[in-house]
Amino acid sequence: METFTETDQHVVIKNQGTVPLRLIPVLPYNVFLSDVLALLQNSKNHCVNYYAFPYADKLKFICCIADDEAGNLKVLSHEQSLQREVQLISIAKDSFPLHIFEREISENFGVEFINSPWNKPLRYAFNRADRSKVINDYPFYRIKSDELHEVGVGPIHAGVIEPGHFRFLCNGETVLHLEIQLGWQHRGVEHTYLKKSTVLQRTVLSESIAADTAVGHATAFATLMESLGGIQINDRLVIERTIGLELERIAMHIGDLSNMCVGLAYQLGASVFGALRTPTINFAQLWCGNRFGKGLIRVGGTHYPLSPDLIDSLSKFLDNFEPRFRTMANETFALPSALMRLENIGTVTKTQMELIGAVGMAARMTGIQRDIRQSHPFGAYSLVPYETVANITTGDVWARALLRRLEIEKSINYIRTLIGKMQSINEPPSKPAQDRDIKLNPEALTISLVEGWRGEICHSAITDNEGEILHYKVKDPSAHNWMALALSLRDLEISDFPINNKSYSLSYCGHDL
Amino acid sequence: MFFEEITILKQHGKQFIPDVTKPELPGPFKGRPEISTLEVDEDALAALCPTHAIGKSPVSIDMGKCVMCGECAFAYPAKVKFTKDYKIATNVRERLIVKAGDLQPILIDANLIRQEIQGLYGRSLKLRQISAAGANADEAELNACGNVNFDMGRFGIEFLASPRHCDGIVITGPVSENMAEAVQVCYDAVPDPKLIILVGTDAISGGIHAGSGALDRKFLEKYPIDLYVPGNPPHPLTFVNGVLALVREKKK
Repeated sequence: METFTETDQHVVIKNQGTVPLRLIPVLPYNVFLSDVLALLQNSKNHCVNYYAFPYADKLKFICCIADDEAGNLKVLSHEQSLQREVQLISIAKDSFPLHIFEREISENFGVEFINSPWNKPLRYAFNRADRSKVINDYPFYRIKSDELHEVGVGPIHAGVIEPGHFRFLCNGETVLHLEIQLGWQHRGVEHTYLKKSTVLQRTVLSESIAADTAVGHATAFATLMESLGGIQINDRLVIERTIGLELERIAMHIGDLSNMCVGLAYQLGASVFGALRTPTINFAQLWCGNRFGKGLIRVGGTHYPLSPDLIDSLSKFLDNFEPRFRTMANETFALPSALMRLENIGTVTKTQMELIGAVGMAARMTGIQRDIRQSHPFGAYSLVPYETVANITTGDVWARALLRRLEIEKSINYIRTLIGKMQSINEPPSKPAQDRDIKLNPEALTISLVEGWRGEICHSAITDNEGEILHYKVKDPSAHNWMALALSLRDLEISDFPINNKSYSLSYCGHDL
Repeated sequence: MFFEEITILKQHGKQFIPDVTKPELPGPFKGRPEISTLEVDEDALAALCPTHAIGKSPVSIDMGKCVMCGECAFAYPAKVKFTKDYKIATNVRERLIVKAGDLQPILIDANLIRQEIQGLYGRSLKLRQISAAGANADEAELNACGNVNFDMGRFGIEFLASPRHCDGIVITGPVSENMAEAVQVCYDAVPDPKLIILVGTDAISGGIHAGSGALDRKFLEKYPIDLYVPGNPPHPLTFVNGVLALVREKKK
């Protein structure tokens, strides 16, 4: 079991660490609230997960706060009787990013948060406390005025894209506010984790949380299971997984650059970036048979070790990709007609992103260096340090495009470094662990943070006294970042929406679960 | 600027696949399975499958449920083998169930294509895509069908925004309860006669989400399904070849 330290208020663990449940101090709510708020006062801390689950005859609350400087995670807990109606003072009132979590707890268990800043259903989960509330009756914010009008779009959008509803409050051409209502994609993923019993089923499920991040979510799940089950994996597997993650980043970033060029009506960029995505995902297919990397990540091992032949193909792919990408990127980022639609469009500030708890790209494009690879290194990032892109601060569509370009270039170099590191490894590849070999620690909690291409993915599991999974919690980076898109649209026109939406490229199903 | 554009053209050349029925896919791609008649412990084999796609006596794999994880082929390599045959779309649900000893390709049955859509869309087929809790892999592959490599636009196949302008709907995802009404509204908005195409294992059977209380798949029981495109996600070539066969095959 991983090392951890206890205080009277909380336990401290490392990323992908496991701690016995009984060691997490259960605090009275007023202490829980003031401790959480005190920690979140410091900008080096941010909340990576906060959830509740039925535990014996109680409702148990777990809050996990990441310290990005010390590189550890503080876990706090609180318990409530389920016998009566629960009313608690909202923490989100003073720390807005927690509104996502409080809305979820409120929706699922009927807990009322007093003075909640956004007291609305989150996703209309099928096992919500009040089934009489349905998704078509979502209470949108309104402004009573004869001058204003509303525009509703969705759930089905114009393109081949996931569903969500966008409600624009407009004054003439100008958008005063955009409210984003999600939940349409809800498949009951967290519940399905408990219903499925085999590790393979749960891995396949992880790959389908957001299938454009199949490697990211499957890595979060696999590392979580390995920590909970005390399964050691070798450096070879660690490096292979990390190469998979960085390839996924390149593929999705270049696809998004292509989509953004579609939004600019820039045909050459759309076609060329799109064409460059094809060899990227075709390498994934060459490696594991699936263009999205499904099947690559398995608990304890892999069916698809990176053979010398594959490494050779990977190097050749990168050598071929890099100059083609550079020419097209140089062209795009020097084209006045493209820059006109990128610069100063959809600008958000660093302060705003700190306020909403943005993670991943949405944070980094305003200069917040929030990157799990750097602050809480996992996988190969703890063998070969990764330095995150730090010099983009403008927070506009241009920043989001440029960040992708720089991250693609960094990923290429990082994969090359990892390939070099592979040469000195003589360990044989290991096969995936079978169910009979996996014995999870009983009565324990594990948190696994992985920096996917969108940002931090957080998986957390709690086991019962027999080592069965009692509760499984998933947080996709999009959960917080959707609010960034809403803020970007303020004072723009509706016609600016597509380019902004494409520039964030957030996950609907990752949010809806 | 001008010279850079020439460089770009030179670096990329021609990208399109001249004949979409021909390319061989790289790597361990999993297409149509072949199951030998070798005797194995069928219970153990069936128990491996995460989505209960494996049937017994004789052993069969339901491609409508299979998530292509390949676990059966890893555990029983002499019994199950996945070929690279990506032309696995069909209009007959039963044809997706591949039994031990079946070595035939999975085809469209032209005689079972509905009378009212026969021969109507051979040169132009406009489709409205609905992601009903699809996880964005099926959707991304459908988008790829229109890119410079697969370029299905050259066959007159295109995704459009308005259902009023379309000849049918393409559903991805296991159909969540929250999307059920929107799927119906969208389908109703398409003028008759209209197609329904299911893309991906999730749409065809619910995939790994089958049985979840958050789904509502009643819509799919109400209407005839014109094409099943299996895969997790289906390769663009599976979709393009499947749709071309559906709209161009003639009755025998």
